[in-house]
Amino acid sequence: MLSNPATARKGNLTAAFGMTIAIIGTIFLYRNDEGQKLGNYLWIFAGLAIGGIVGTLAAKKVKMTAMPEMVSLFNGMGGACAALISLVEFNHLSHEIATQGIAVAHTGKLLVIGLGLLIGSVSFAGSMIAWGKLNGKVKDFSFAGQGLLNMIFLLVAIAAVIYLIIDPTQGHLIYVILVLALLYGILFVMPIGGADMPVVISLLNSFTGVAAAFGGFLYDNKVMLTGGILVGAAGTLLTLLMCKAMNRSLKNVLIGSFGGGNKAAAAGGSKEQGAYKEISLSDTAMVMSYATKVMIVPGYGLAVAQAQHTCHELEKILTEKGVEVKYAIHPVAGRMPGHMNVLLAEADVSYDVLLEMEQANDEFKTTDVVLILGANDVVNPAAKNDPSSPIYGMPILEVEQAKSVIVNKRSMKPGYAGIENDLFFQPKTSMLFGDAKKVLQDLVTEIKSV
Amino acid sequence: MESILNFISENQQIIYIVILMIFVGIEVIGRVPSVLHTPLMSGANAIHGVVIIGAIIVMGQAPTDNYLALILGFLAVVLGTLNVVGGFVVTDRMLEMFKKKK
Repeated sequence: MLSNPATARKGNLTAAFGMTIAIIGTIFLYRNDEGQKLGNYLWIFAGLAIGGIVGTLAAKKVKMTAMPEMVSLFNGMGGACAALISLVEFNHLSHEIATQGIAVAHTGKLLVIGLGLLIGSVSFAGSMIAWGKLNGKVKDFSFAGQGLLNMIFLLVAIAAVIYLIIDPTQGHLIYVILVLALLYGILFVMPIGGADMPVVISLLNSFTGVAAAFGGFLYDNKVMLTGGILVGAAGTLLTLLMCKAMNRSLKNVLIGSFGGGNKAAAAGGSKEQGAYKEISLSDTAMVMSYATKVMIVPGYGLAVAQAQHTCHELEKILTEKGVEVKYAIHPVAGRMPGHMNVLLAEADVSYDVLLEMEQANDEFKTTDVVLILGANDVVNPAAKNDPSSPIYGMPILEVEQAKSVIVNKRSMKPGYAGIENDLFFQPKTSMLFGDAKKVLQDLVTEIKSV
Repeated sequence: MESILNFISENQQIIYIVILMIFVGIEVIGRVPSVLHTPLMSGANAIHGVVIIGAIIVMGQAPTDNYLALILGFLAVVLGTLNVVGGFVVTDRMLEMFKKKK
């Protein structure tokens, strides 16, 4: 049902309904090995109520542009939940071991608890950092040897899990695992920035899925297992798809070679820039109203300026004047794959005028004006013809095939990836400086008076 | 080593499910157009909130005098619910926007 926007909502509601049944079923029907029912109903319902109310309020209030943060935050909650379960279960188990001695049957359980804790904590810590980063509260941070240190943390944590399985009486090891996993999660996301964030969020998402699946093993619960694995597999695939859209290997994203590429580009950055030409607002209005076909390329700048509504207004006015307006959307435009579509959908832009990259690239040849709103890297021709560029090989929107290109940016500063864009210096291109929202508003007024 | 093999044979059915679900997961994503990837991600986010079931079990089994277990379990239930409810509501909000088109 998720394969089509029209039915996706129903799919989501179905899933929510299924989840409700699973929760209610667990509360009232669950019996442990000795056939006892669950207790502590008051605590359970209080927890459900608090989580439910806070969750609903947070989800209702969040702005569409802040969606990736929210997803990341919720993901972290799930990870923390999985980690907490492991902690409690371990305490329970070690108590059992202390009173009844070590039994072989515990090995599987210990493995599941250990890995659940490890993955859940990494996911939690990582998601929290990702959340802070998307908020702008946490800055990119890296130091020499960070990769190595991370590796050590991870290996020691895994070793601790193995040791714990061999000798479960070493209960304190569980806290060693917890601390190392949290540190690993923090350090792992810290250096990753910019366009790579969505990939990380998706990866952490699949981590939490896997952690949930371990919970399924622990309780021999098929619902948890199925849900967890489903998300784990889906999330992993989605992560890889995203990497493909940016032509980056997962390894590159995780090591954060955009950072490295930056410095290299800055060092050899004395490349000839040429001159760019500016275009005035009224000229832009003129050019656009007399065009037959206009293609809008929305980017992060549009999202930041919250200009999606104004953008839709511009589209409407142009359409009234008989101009064909379409949107060309790069798979990684915005802050998450498909995030731009959500933003435009919020502004009521019809789903039919949103073109995916391949379609858009076919249509650029017949386009008179391309209006680029705060997108940099996804239209950078260097991805096609400069093998030394860090984004070389990334599929881009080939806007230079259109008759003319107007780029709206706040300044000539390079975008996310920190790479100069030759497009801006091409004779076909004109620059229209200013905040996306302000420019679009003025443009709408201008076009009305044309 | 032996115990791991034991574990595998004891949970054979579960392992089949795991493998099956991996295929289902891949199949599901493969069909979703990229315009829907954000809602999909947040939907998946909500679904892995099934950990809440574990949290409820933990909570429900905690002895009433074990405050550490109670507090941790309670936290787990709250966080898990946040994940589930928040995830579904956010996804619904996003998908609602796609529907508004005429």
